[in-house]
Amino acid sequence: MAPNGSHLRKLAIVPAYNEQGMVGRVVREIERQAPGFDVVVIDDGSTDHTAAEAEANGAIVLRHPFNTGIGGAMQSGFKYALRHGYDVAAQVDGDGQHKPAYLPDLLGKLHTSGDEADMVCGSRFRGDPGYKVPVGRRVGNLIFSVVLTVICRQRISDPTSGFRMTNRRGIELFARDYPHDYPEVEAILMLHAHRLRIHEVPVRMNARGFGRSSIDYPRSAYYMAKVLLALFVGLFRRRPTPVEATGEGELVEPPAHDAATSGGSAG
Amino acid sequence: MIALPLAASHEVGTKAQIVAVIVAGIFLGVVLELVRRRRLVERYALLWMLAAVAMLVLAVWRDGLKTLANAVGVHSPPNALFLVALGVVFILLLHFSIATSRLSEETKILAQEVARLDAEAKAAREASTNGGPAAEEAVGGEGGVSGSGSPGPEQPEHQGPIRT
Repeated sequence: MAPNGSHLRKLAIVPAYNEQGMVGRVVREIERQAPGFDVVVIDDGSTDHTAAEAEANGAIVLRHPFNTGIGGAMQSGFKYALRHGYDVAAQVDGDGQHKPAYLPDLLGKLHTSGDEADMVCGSRFRGDPGYKVPVGRRVGNLIFSVVLTVICRQRISDPTSGFRMTNRRGIELFARDYPHDYPEVEAILMLHAHRLRIHEVPVRMNARGFGRSSIDYPRSAYYMAKVLLALFVGLFRRRPTPVEATGEGELVEPPAHDAATSGGSAG
Repeated sequence: MIALPLAASHEVGTKAQIVAVIVAGIFLGVVLELVRRRRLVERYALLWMLAAVAMLVLAVWRDGLKTLANAVGVHSPPNALFLVALGVVFILLLHFSIATSRLSEETKILAQEVARLDAEAKAAREASTNGGPAAEEAVGGEGGVSGSGSPGPEQPEHQGPIRT
């Protein structure tokens, strides 16, 4: 299905916060199911052995000195992808919810050179979700789905899914600007505002690896309010990315091959 | 604020109500605009919007204010409003103190990490340029001698990053 894309540099970004016992499995699974992908694990200030376990399984590890939230972790990944010249970046959660077996499906929809999609989202609600999605999550998802479907004028069936893949344009956008907490829904609005195209691919997911869901009851109210506010305000932004806060020039500089060898010549 | 002199005679006057509604509305608008310009993160915007909405509700719904006064055990409703508002401000301030403490802790960690990385990067540079542990000092950047050849001018220049 995806013989194209073999020449591309592909990165799987695995955000992980205290996922010891699971993150290693995720890394191995990506290597097995999607061998063309390099794996970078963002250890978002874990207090357990997440980083060591990821490293032992052959992943590159970016270790945050403290917890920054899923948005901060993902943006670290996008910055890494930009700096190291990757053409494709995918998000695969470190808790084992996303099945790396679907990465080739996502890649197939993402024609980075043609005019297909700039971001492909794995959707649980275009087929069998693969596990029983709790009712609360379904309702929340439905609300965001309706709002985004109206705004984007295309069906967005699973806006809270983090299982996604984007091309160079998405990488550049998200390296500059990515929402703080609960970023998935807002990210879709950002893409739409920048005229980047979104596609969905049906995927199945696992129930979360361990019981520790990141969204418990009191937080879900904040989740809804925060995202709805962000969506509402986002509609009135003419230029969705702040220019002054980018540091772009520093970021898009090509990977420094020579810096390591020619030492102090730069001064 | 205008509520006080008026309320001395009656309860909260209609004029004061209107003023309160306008002020709350403007406040709400300012908060939204700040979020739009990315000067304010949604988390704090929600806090302030909650405060503005509470203000709006109490301004419009007089019985609500009376109920509130009875609940707190204060005779005059305006005073009850001040009491509750003061309480809310206290809680907000405490919340910000906590947030500031966390931020300063994180900044400290960042500074420490940067310092460590800088030292390690410097050591790695020295090791790769000199090909061995012979030279202890950093290679002066000005000469631009990238080869490993002869030891250059003996100037132990520490030209590290700016120290604060």
